[in-house]
Amino acid sequence: MIFKEILIRYGELSTKGRNKNDFIRRLRENIRYSFTDIWPLKIRAERDRMFIEIENDEKYEVLMQRLPEVFGIQSFSPVAACEKDIDAMKQLAIDIMAQYGDKPLTFKVEVRRTDKHFPFDTYMIQRELGGAVLSNHQNISVQVKKPDVELRVEVRYDAIYMMGQIIPGAAGMPVGSNGKSLLMLSGGIDSPVAGYLMMKRGVRLEAIHFYSPPYTSEHSLQKVKDLANELTKFGAKIRLHVIPFTEIQVLIKDRVPENMTMTVTRRMMLRIADKVREEIGALAIVTGESLGQVASQTLESLTAINAVTTTPILRPLIAMDKLDIIQIAERINTYETSVQPYEDCCTIFTPARPKTKPKAEKVAYFESFTEFDELIERAVKNREMHLLPAKKETVDKFADLL
Amino acid sequence: MNSNIIYLDNSATTKPHPEVLQTFLQVNEQYYANPASIHEAGVEANALLMRAREQIAGIVGTEAKHVIFTAGGTESNNFAIFGTAQANTHKGKHILTTKIEHPSVLEAVKRLAQEGFEVEYLAVNEVGIISLDKLREKVRPDTILVSIMHVNNEMGAIQPIAEAAAIIHAQSRALFHVDAVQSFGKIPVRFHDEHGPDLITISGHKIHALKGSGALLLRKKLTVAPFLVGGGQEFGLRSGTVAVPQAVALAKAARMAIEAMPEKQLQFEKWSNDLHAFLRKFGRDIHLLSSEAGAAHIVSFSVNGLKGEVLINALQQHGIIVSTSSACSSKQTTTSHVVEALNVIPSFKKGVLRVSFGAHTTDAHIEQFKKVFTVIMRDLKGENKE
Repeated sequence: MIFKEILIRYGELSTKGRNKNDFIRRLRENIRYSFTDIWPLKIRAERDRMFIEIENDEKYEVLMQRLPEVFGIQSFSPVAACEKDIDAMKQLAIDIMAQYGDKPLTFKVEVRRTDKHFPFDTYMIQRELGGAVLSNHQNISVQVKKPDVELRVEVRYDAIYMMGQIIPGAAGMPVGSNGKSLLMLSGGIDSPVAGYLMMKRGVRLEAIHFYSPPYTSEHSLQKVKDLANELTKFGAKIRLHVIPFTEIQVLIKDRVPENMTMTVTRRMMLRIADKVREEIGALAIVTGESLGQVASQTLESLTAINAVTTTPILRPLIAMDKLDIIQIAERINTYETSVQPYEDCCTIFTPARPKTKPKAEKVAYFESFTEFDELIERAVKNREMHLLPAKKETVDKFADLL
Repeated sequence: MNSNIIYLDNSATTKPHPEVLQTFLQVNEQYYANPASIHEAGVEANALLMRAREQIAGIVGTEAKHVIFTAGGTESNNFAIFGTAQANTHKGKHILTTKIEHPSVLEAVKRLAQEGFEVEYLAVNEVGIISLDKLREKVRPDTILVSIMHVNNEMGAIQPIAEAAAIIHAQSRALFHVDAVQSFGKIPVRFHDEHGPDLITISGHKIHALKGSGALLLRKKLTVAPFLVGGGQEFGLRSGTVAVPQAVALAKAARMAIEAMPEKQLQFEKWSNDLHAFLRKFGRDIHLLSSEAGAAHIVSFSVNGLKGEVLINALQQHGIIVSTSSACSSKQTTTSHVVEALNVIPSFKKGVLRVSFGAHTTDAHIEQFKKVFTVIMRDLKGENKE
């Protein structure tokens, strides 16, 4: 292993003045959370970058595999080091470039001299290392504009540091640096993507799901747990609140004109979500709504539904096309789970012709004949909570079959 | 089959492991529900199926959603070839393969050639290896598929897959299919992100699982046309109710093969070296088709002026089962295409024998084979002289 440490660049964090220390602390915590399996790691945080020491090959592999998923990292590079001796430097440059194999490759040497007393100047270092690499690797040639590999050499006081690769990170901000929100998680394709995008902006999530047995099955609930679990991989725990919703849904169907049931149902969901949000101290509600996608997501519908609360409702997908949403879902590994064919509470009792332009006052008028408040209180009180990631099942009943 | 028999035809098929049969039986008894059903039992069967997928995906370095269970090697090869060809005609119609592929590849590309695809075949040298320079010459920007087998089923030559992949990916957008039926479970078979194959064929019954089970493994989501259409099972690529017991048995056999591989490799190498040395002692009477450099579980050779069938019968009388060059072609009277491609001199063409080891082969089997073979050679040579 020629690499000694991994250099992490903060990217967007670097621009934040006073909160910077807090962000760095969060990022450090999230890295710790993401790598509990290979903990302890030696992390050294500086103002503009962070270093993780590489102790052995296994840790290196795991870090390289999962660092690209941690929010708050702009990019990272494995860094090799050697003593401040030109022959050692040449050898290290040759070793680093050997990692790229035999395919044709262009490169250049970039030098940063922090230690100005080092006897070789930038030009000399470039010439010496460039020459050494070229004579040892037939497949490599020099190109100054847009080379495949930029071999960065840093002359620091303690040693020489070199890196070839710059690997893009997930960008965004460390989860937790931007407060907490409640995600309405249905089990469809959109809501996990909405959750992911908010996490990327540093928001810590709790999730709420409406469960209507026997109209929706245990599997649809499992699917939602799986989705929430998938989201925890981006570096945070998620608490899932499961609301018993059957009673309210059945009552709506009985008491409200059919074409308005959908709007009323959404309003009830939002009222419940808002109560839960208040209890857990979250500041906003996140939904996977995308404008015009279904009847409940027209501007008129959104307005009529939104009328029940003044809490900010964050809709990160509002202007996104379905195909773009699916693309993200596939990338973050929630798509396969989302498309499992189980009914969720939004797809049962769907009216044949829901109003696409409901009026808030009119909807409220039809709601006024039924006492929903008490039912809402009860639903919130009787909710079940699950903390994810769930502990792995200890008994694996398939183990001996496989 | 008599239990005293010495079975040295493991490249034709293998005897299922008892543990694998146990799995097959148990899954049939407990998880027989259709994995596509949404009731409890179906969901459970599907969960088990997913575990089988994950296990195989882990072994070859891909994701569970890229493991497509099929009915075996032939189907997987057909699927890989027709599926990629039909879905990629907008990129070109040029297909490359080798002269020594399994018939399930050769016949498939032959059909494509009749449908207007341009198919080219790479020759092999006397030890059965393709030329990378020739490959470099033939891969073109409009090449859409290259299919190269990992280990040859008739004589064990190992193709330079990694080097071939580098050439193919550097010079074209072609998908690279590797038929790993004979190598999977014997030598490492893996995807290497964009530096290796794009599709890999594996088969169950060559690694002590059941006949009628196999898989086509994809490196990532690829443009492949569905092979069987219908209910949309296997991610829409291979319709038909998934045979969960076969799939789980395959996953288990694969795990067992991988776990035993370090030990088996040493054993196979020892036997391979031993047999090659033994056969060389016959001098000009025997021409070796395989070599110690090839896959260690296959030893293939030809006896001057004799028919393979005669040798097989003679060995069988002593309780030893081997085959001619391949099981598929052994009933045909013509010389196998692999033997033709190797440019074997005519008097050796008919007498090809293949000895192939499996998980149940022992030192005693090899010793017995050597003993019997020596006797047979003496007898048959004697007869020849009369």
